[in-house]
Amino acid sequence: MARKDTVNALIRRGVSAKVSEAIANAGFKIGDLKKAPFELLLRYLSEPDAQDLLDKIGAKKKHMDMKPKTKTKAAPKEKDEKKLKVRRTDLVIPKKVKDLNPQEKKIAEILGKKKVSLPRSIIEELAQYQDHLNLKIKDLEKVIDMVLEQYELHKIDPNESIGIVSAQSIGEPGTQMTMRTFHYAGVAEISTTLGLPRLIEIVDARRIPSTPMMTVYLKSKEKRADSDYARMVASSIEETILPDIAGVRTDLDGMKLVIEPDMKKLDSKDISIDSIIFALKKDRRLKAVVEREGNTITIKPEVPQFRKLHQMYEIIRECRVKGIEGIKKAVIRKQGDEYVVFTEGSNLAKMLENDYVDSTRTKTNSIMEISQVLGIEAARKSIVDEAEHTLSEQGLAVDKRHIMLVADMMSNDGDVKAIGRHGISGRKSSVLARAAFEITSTHLLKAGIIGEVDSLDGVAENIIVGQPVTVGTGAVNLIYSPELMKKKKRD
Amino acid sequence: MADYNVLEHDHVPEHHLVEKKDEGRILKQYSVGKDQLPKIRKSDPCIKILEEILGADIEEGRLVRIVRTHSVSGVSVAYRVIVRG
Repeated sequence: MARKDTVNALIRRGVSAKVSEAIANAGFKIGDLKKAPFELLLRYLSEPDAQDLLDKIGAKKKHMDMKPKTKTKAAPKEKDEKKLKVRRTDLVIPKKVKDLNPQEKKIAEILGKKKVSLPRSIIEELAQYQDHLNLKIKDLEKVIDMVLEQYELHKIDPNESIGIVSAQSIGEPGTQMTMRTFHYAGVAEISTTLGLPRLIEIVDARRIPSTPMMTVYLKSKEKRADSDYARMVASSIEETILPDIAGVRTDLDGMKLVIEPDMKKLDSKDISIDSIIFALKKDRRLKAVVEREGNTITIKPEVPQFRKLHQMYEIIRECRVKGIEGIKKAVIRKQGDEYVVFTEGSNLAKMLENDYVDSTRTKTNSIMEISQVLGIEAARKSIVDEAEHTLSEQGLAVDKRHIMLVADMMSNDGDVKAIGRHGISGRKSSVLARAAFEITSTHLLKAGIIGEVDSLDGVAENIIVGQPVTVGTGAVNLIYSPELMKKKKRD
Repeated sequence: MADYNVLEHDHVPEHHLVEKKDEGRILKQYSVGKDQLPKIRKSDPCIKILEEILGADIEEGRLVRIVRTHSVSGVSVAYRVIVRG
């Protein structure tokens, strides 16, 4: 039975009956075929036949070249080589942290002698001044001493309640934000939510933002400035479904669907009728015979039933002819001296695999997607970037460190958590703190039933019971031990 | 995504696996326990790539050094502990 299914499925894809029989007799299934090494196919088929077969079932050419991955001993070796290759290119990490230049090194050495440290940005700034002034080592040391003194003065005190400071520093400018604003990314076609709604969206860690958007950079360095090339890339990533470019008619007499492509639209989108047929054949759900008749395409179900015809119609309406899933619109815009593609809709994973796309710079505004595709650290960074962009776009200056604290809290657990009842505040360990926030009675009732114990470590719970809170001077305990002092005095 | 190295993306900072013998020193430096450090999932794309680079399984409880670059302090180092998930 399975064999017969395979034969039928292959014939449906336009493979000749003879080849299909041969393949099915060899024990292949459709799924296996796509993974099967090319050499293995050659055992049962002639080379042109095998090539044709792979084309028809939609297996990629690339796969065929690197196919000899049968269960031989060569396979693990190949894997090892791949690992080593990755190591060489990536773990040497040339791009992210710059090495110190000679001037900066000199300052770092002096700091090392004093057994203190300064942030890299301050060292860099010092080195810039040193470049102009060329101070003697002795003078430089004096300068560094003064810098260190100022740095210590400006450092935030231990046990300072930075959470409150951050909350107020972001909250106050937030009151000045406009309630509802849209920003047009260069072209009026793509608008993104900005202002307060966007800030709330970021902090709430929504799975899908209300206006997902991607900024796609082009990979080819030579063609970045070429507007025609950029337009070509944009149209290749824009999702085109069949109803966009063709009319679908149901022919009840002939028990078939007739697709009539709009030739003008085909031309403008650079799609051929063959590629439509290819897309239709690739669709696994569609169990039908696809045939070309002049400039129209007919699709007949295997079993002539009205129900099947209706099902097929529903599938065809969603059939993607071209582009990346979820990318509804793509427009180009010149940024500096290169063209950048802005898209409505977002699909980071697929976009990074695209050959035209610069996979190191392309970004999306969907934080959840970044967290899934690029990891928690990238998500943390994009929370900071997005929040800062939203605030600065409204002309509000909030210190980056406040936003960084928010992002740190949200990404602390290894995945992005919302701030609020379902996220951080709802997961506090203290019952009283949770009860003080929202849905008080539920929390207290549940804690009572399971017998929770509150160790009174936080701020909210200490205020409730009327104790000094554990921030600032309240966080340290001084114990005077007369015995110990006497002993010290004697020594 | 098999061929794509997420560590190459601009948004992803450097991730390094901390040697086991250095873990004690780092925890002492910050005077924290492992459970107080921020966490990173074992299923995180960056950990998966690290596993591929090192060619070995990375067990839970190891530390990852993350070297971030940003405008405020230039370079900052953070640690995350690998947890299940």
